[in-house]
Amino acid sequence: MLLDPKKAVIEVQGISLLVGQSIRGAFRRPFYFRDILLQMDQVGVGSLAIIMLSGFFAGAVLTLQTSSTLAAFGAVGLTGSLVSVSLVRELGPVLAALMVAGRVGSGMASELGSLKVTEQINAMRALGTDPVKKLVVPRILATLTLQPVLTIIADAFGIIGGLSVGVFILHISAKLYLNSAWDALTNQDLLGGLLKPVVFGATIAIVSCYCGMRTYGGTRGVGRSTTQAVVASSILVLIFDFFLTRLFLAYS
Amino acid sequence: MKTLGEPVASGDLAVTDTVLELRNVSKYYGDVQVLDGVSFRLRQGETKIILGGSGSGKSTMLKLMMGLERPDEGQVLVKGQDISSMNERQLGLVRPQIGMVFQEAGLFDSLSVFDNLAYRLYELKMEEAAIEERVQTVLGFVGLTAAIDKEPSELSGGMRRRVALARALISQPRIMLYDEPTAGLDPVTSRKINELIIRLRDTQNVSGVFVTHRLRDAFTLATVYAHESNGSIRFRREDGTFCLAHTRFVMLQNGKTIFEGPDELLRQSEDPYIRKFLA
Repeated sequence: MLLDPKKAVIEVQGISLLVGQSIRGAFRRPFYFRDILLQMDQVGVGSLAIIMLSGFFAGAVLTLQTSSTLAAFGAVGLTGSLVSVSLVRELGPVLAALMVAGRVGSGMASELGSLKVTEQINAMRALGTDPVKKLVVPRILATLTLQPVLTIIADAFGIIGGLSVGVFILHISAKLYLNSAWDALTNQDLLGGLLKPVVFGATIAIVSCYCGMRTYGGTRGVGRSTTQAVVASSILVLIFDFFLTRLFLAYS
Repeated sequence: MKTLGEPVASGDLAVTDTVLELRNVSKYYGDVQVLDGVSFRLRQGETKIILGGSGSGKSTMLKLMMGLERPDEGQVLVKGQDISSMNERQLGLVRPQIGMVFQEAGLFDSLSVFDNLAYRLYELKMEEAAIEERVQTVLGFVGLTAAIDKEPSELSGGMRRRVALARALISQPRIMLYDEPTAGLDPVTSRKINELIIRLRDTQNVSGVFVTHRLRDAFTLATVYAHESNGSIRFRREDGTFCLAHTRFVMLQNGKTIFEGPDELLRQSEDPYIRKFLA
């Protein structure tokens, strides 16, 4: 399917407007702290299990795959460093973001989409509430702040997954693995690994809320918005990851 | 039957100042023109019934009056204030002056009936006791006090509309907008909703815009009136000695106004579209 340039410009304009309204809304009264906490619970606590599981097995499989190559060069001892650098720089932030896009982004788009098609958003506006402040800002703030935390958890469980495979299957010393994992990491890696999730979190929440808020066409429309939210935010995460990596490498 | 508050004095029931006005308004959805240069005026105490087939622009007119949509051309005035160029924050201050009942009720399905009604009052940071009292009063008016702790999913279609009406009345608006409030309801339940609207109009002097394509409901509103006698509300139909003058019809066809006037003139109209619509 060819991309319609007019449609694309309208979408970019819509997202830019939503970003502008959200930034203004975040600094103006009333503040919906309760809604922010509720969203933090949904985004953070709700995503913990899948983040821990995906992080653990990503680290485990990375160790399995890389150890044989490293063994060919007699460098099995470097497995820890390879796993930790790959996880902290790339795999952790991207994997956590894709998981959150699938779980949280779809939830946001479908929830807001349902509110839209059942006229609950219009009812809210009719009662004098700004839906961007009440619904969008809490979701963006919650995802923005918790995405780095989820990424740290994914990184940690990835390293634990790698350690488990290293110790129990490849019989590498745990101390060697952990020392090599720790020594390989630079401040630059940690900083990059924490800045990326902030951008990814904001991207997922903004795109998902935008898709939800412009839903039309009943339950079919809700399904369409949900799919679009997950696909668009996942692709944008990968695109932004490339540019952020280029940026960090340029300054390293 | 409970009352919403003190009935207004009979001297205040006169149709007076313009409270809502559309001036030469046009609205497009994409390439489709929904409204074409529509002008409309609602005065305090007056009720206007907007009739028209599906897609004639009825609901769009209501959304424009509430500031939920912006006109592409023309102006929308609420109590003399032009709301067509206001931002969402400014509109947030104007909208609570108007109550709106949505077609499918638009109740917040994650909140109980009490929380749906109290929503606006919590936003205003009112005291808990005052909120409780106000919610009870308004629920009493629509006859649903027993449903206060229910979830919207537990309510029937008619009850949902009455809760939506109660929610719209919570901040005591002087203008009410009804978007097909009886659509899909049986005649008995529709009658209940219509009587509530008539009571608001006749005992509280609340102005209203009633959008419908159900002629039966439209003519009930235009011919039945409420009056208070010995503390109870009675409903009577206009007759040879009494004619309701504060309820008028507006007929839309393809986004244009083709008729405006009382029910008697609508019935006598020779316009083929109106004749077909009334048949």
